Amino acid sequence: MAYLEGANLVAAYGVVPILHECSVEVEKGELAVIVGPNGAGKSTVMRVLLGMLEATSGSVTLEGKDISMLSTQDRISKGLAFVPQTKNVFPSMTVEENLQMGGFIRKDDISKTIEEVYSLFPILHEKRKQLAEELSGGQRQQVAFGRAMMTKPSVMLLDEPTAGVSPIVMDEIFSNILDVRNAGMAVLMVEQNAQQALNIADKGYVLVSGRNEHTGTGRELINDPEVRKKFLGG
Amino acid sequence: MGLVLLFVGLNQSWALVLGIINLSLISAIMALGVNIQWGYAGLFNVGIMGFAALGGVSVVLISQQPVTEAIDVGGLKMLFALALGAITIVTGVVLNKKGFNKWLIATIVVIGYLFTRHYFSEAADVIEKVDPAITGYLGGFGLPVAFSWIVGGLAAAGAAWWIGKITLSLRTDYLAIATLGISEIIIYVVKNEDWFVRGVKNVAGLPRPVPYEVDMQKSEWLQNIVAWIYSSDLELLAQSEQVAQLSAYVRGASVIFVKLCYSGLFVLILVALIMLSNLALNSPWGRKVRAIRDNEVAASAMGKNITRQHLQIFVIGSAIVGVAGALLVTYDGIFIPTAYVPLRFTFLIWVMVILGGSGNNLGSVLGAFIIWFMWIQSGPMGVWAVDMISSFAQEGNASLEFIEDRVHYLRLVFMGTILLLIMRFSPGGILPEKNKEL
Amino acid sequence: MSDSIDIINAFALLTNFVLLPALSYGSQLALGALAVTLVYSILRFSNFAQGDSMAFGTMIVILLTGFMIGNGWTVTGIPTALLVIPIAIIGTSIYMLTIDRLVYRHYRRIKAKQNIVGITASIGVMFITGGIVRFILGATPQRFEDGERFIFSVREFKAFTGLEQGIALKTSQFLTITIAFLLVAFLFYFLQKTKTGKAMRAYSDNQELALLSGIDPDKVVQITWLLVAALTTIAGALYGLDKGFAPQQYHLLLLPIFASVIVGGIGSPLGAIAGAFLVSFSEVLLTYAYKKFLIYLLPLSMHPKSLVQLIGTEYKYAISFVILVTVLLIRPTGLFKGKVIVGE
Repeated sequence: MAYLEGANLVAAYGVVPILHECSVEVEKGELAVIVGPNGAGKSTVMRVLLGMLEATSGSVTLEGKDISMLSTQDRISKGLAFVPQTKNVFPSMTVEENLQMGGFIRKDDISKTIEEVYSLFPILHEKRKQLAEELSGGQRQQVAFGRAMMTKPSVMLLDEPTAGVSPIVMDEIFSNILDVRNAGMAVLMVEQNAQQALNIADKGYVLVSGRNEHTGTGRELINDPEVRKKFLGG
Repeated sequence: MGLVLLFVGLNQSWALVLGIINLSLISAIMALGVNIQWGYAGLFNVGIMGFAALGGVSVVLISQQPVTEAIDVGGLKMLFALALGAITIVTGVVLNKKGFNKWLIATIVVIGYLFTRHYFSEAADVIEKVDPAITGYLGGFGLPVAFSWIVGGLAAAGAAWWIGKITLSLRTDYLAIATLGISEIIIYVVKNEDWFVRGVKNVAGLPRPVPYEVDMQKSEWLQNIVAWIYSSDLELLAQSEQVAQLSAYVRGASVIFVKLCYSGLFVLILVALIMLSNLALNSPWGRKVRAIRDNEVAASAMGKNITRQHLQIFVIGSAIVGVAGALLVTYDGIFIPTAYVPLRFTFLIWVMVILGGSGNNLGSVLGAFIIWFMWIQSGPMGVWAVDMISSFAQEGNASLEFIEDRVHYLRLVFMGTILLLIMRFSPGGILPEKNKEL
Repeated sequence: MSDSIDIINAFALLTNFVLLPALSYGSQLALGALAVTLVYSILRFSNFAQGDSMAFGTMIVILLTGFMIGNGWTVTGIPTALLVIPIAIIGTSIYMLTIDRLVYRHYRRIKAKQNIVGITASIGVMFITGGIVRFILGATPQRFEDGERFIFSVREFKAFTGLEQGIALKTSQFLTITIAFLLVAFLFYFLQKTKTGKAMRAYSDNQELALLSGIDPDKVVQITWLLVAALTTIAGALYGLDKGFAPQQYHLLLLPIFASVIVGGIGSPLGAIAGAFLVSFSEVLLTYAYKKFLIYLLPLSMHPKSLVQLIGTEYKYAISFVILVTVLLIRPTGLFKGKVIVGE
């Protein structure tokens, strides 16, 4: 059984069904990517894994334990962390305050974790007294990662981390993500830029209309002619 | 509702019932205006009182006879002062548009203001000195009172246009705050500027659009009808008593007749307004209104158009409130600035709209009847409840006297609670708007 | 009165009748405006019940003051009202938390459009609160100040300085300015430095992310109401000590308070304070009659005959309104760049 596993998830917004028996899983030290066309339910998978949306059936397990009934906050204290696509920092707070808020639920000393984040993203240490809204897009993304890492999570969920950024920043962000994975976390990411994402992914899921259409390693999917034709533009 | 009114009629008096109906009708017109703003466009008008007061002022200004003496001594002066004020404002605006130095403009405006204020207070002084016990103001134009309803609507529309122009492109709560402010200021002006509409000295004896009771009592046909209705009662009496009794009946009937005339008038106006607004809602313009209301995506895509449309809706709604305000003062026959309190004019109307079902015109009318009835009856009910308690307690209980004295304030609590309960448990009101999903 | 030009006395006059009143009125407004700002930042609506809530807090102060004086539990020199404020804050807190539980919480849960619904609901709360206050205390104005009225009086000041024009520092003014300063300092320290304060700012910045960080919204809201209750009660009590208590006047304080908030930039605490002093100084400066001031400054031949008052005091609320409208026209974000311009 994988470290984090969502099995046969079914979910709906009101009466509109979004997910039909969709399954994803990710191991520690592994980067899994979910790609697919708009409206395929990619972000919904994340919301269900986090408990922000209730699944009508299916289960979410962490280290083999069922966490389906836990609230979002309880899942976060169990080791899940989430970086939303937009609005993923506290804009009118300083970088350091953002990190402190990330560690809000921890009762122990968080200063060591803050140092770890700084050593991972040195630029943040330099700008720790600056407001998050004053940073560049890439730096802000680092703050967002850093904030999510403050709970010392074992799983990191990222919702379209490169949406709307320039190619240079995109490379920067992808390298950040690889750093996070190499630090030993399980990373599950939803991406629009399928080609680039699958390039660095250990594992990929292609979702269509809330169903698993293709599954495989990043390389397998890129080399799969059908996937290429349908989702990667030839 | 009808049954309840019937009950009151049999137990209290028919004149009272008609009074309740008439005020309900006026409230219904007011609620209609607010419903157009709130229900069609989500515009938050917390200054209903001010727009209603503008209607009331129009009644005085249109229907009262001009006070020639005051006009002779102060009319021109006042006109000059007001013109000076207008020139100052226009100059300021024009210079600002042309991009002159801000400090220069400010200086010009301040100097203009000081001169205006000087001539203004001089003019106000002489006008207010003219026979202050009876007039002490410029009077009105001496035109038929019905004109004032239109003018009241226009005045309210003008104020609404100005406020809306400033606030409608901004946050929703700015409109709420601005309307709250403007309505308080209108009331302050009306209360303090005696030369204008006599301030707190009130203006009584406003002309009526319907016959007077005294005239009615002299009319043959009313006497005949009353004699016919009560013929069986009258026959039982002696000849001498019959005449006295008949005139008593006629007096009562004349009051009811006059109130009925008003009822007819108000119903006519209300029905006309509802028909007009339904017509408007089904026109291409109305379809656009509903599309914007019901579909936020479409709404945000339209950007600037929304602001313009909201301005139209806000002006129309406020105009209707102004008309209703004018009708109210016409019905009362007296203009009392101190009667304008936010509870009665702003808050009650809000409760009516929300109770009736925002967006639904008939709902507003129904809400107006229910809430006005509860409002009128909750006063006596409160006193009655206190009396019930006091009949069990000993006489002269200090705390009971205290409660009797203050019990009417509980109506605020009562109405506030109703509002919150509807919002919480029945957000659609009694008659929810059906077309939400267009 | 001398016919020479007398600058020192002119400014002593101005200090007594403009500077001190405007400073204390501004401090009272600032506390009220901060309460509105807090509710706006955390609960996302403009609280129309603020003025009446201040009346509610003051009502408790008045009742407790009467009780204390009745029992002779007073301390010489200090207004009794000051002693009972902490208890009144507890009372107001309970009232506000109850209202939140019964009214506002529901709309947070169902994720309603908080601004619109919040305004409507707060107007309901405004009338309920106003009704309760009027039922218990009546609508007539009253004073509840006791103890020493002046820190130093006009006579003492004149004897000390030898000036013709005296300055008096009323106890209520002194208390207002001191307490407001301490309270604001505490509030800023709390918001900037404590973990709970930071959590409140985080919640105000980004509700969903605050949830994802494990910040408990119910707790944030409760602490907000506690702070609001403290600000509201103290603002109301100080205003009442200074100018007397009348429910209608408290209700109308809503206008200058909202003007302060919007002038400063809605949602910005610093802006709220700056806005409050801008409004209070405009109000006092524009309604002050400058006749005596000019007599001190101008030679005899130029002495004014009229009051030289720019606007009658009866229109003081119009000043707030004009400031409000001017800001909306020129700079809708306010002086300190408020949060959102276009409605949510």
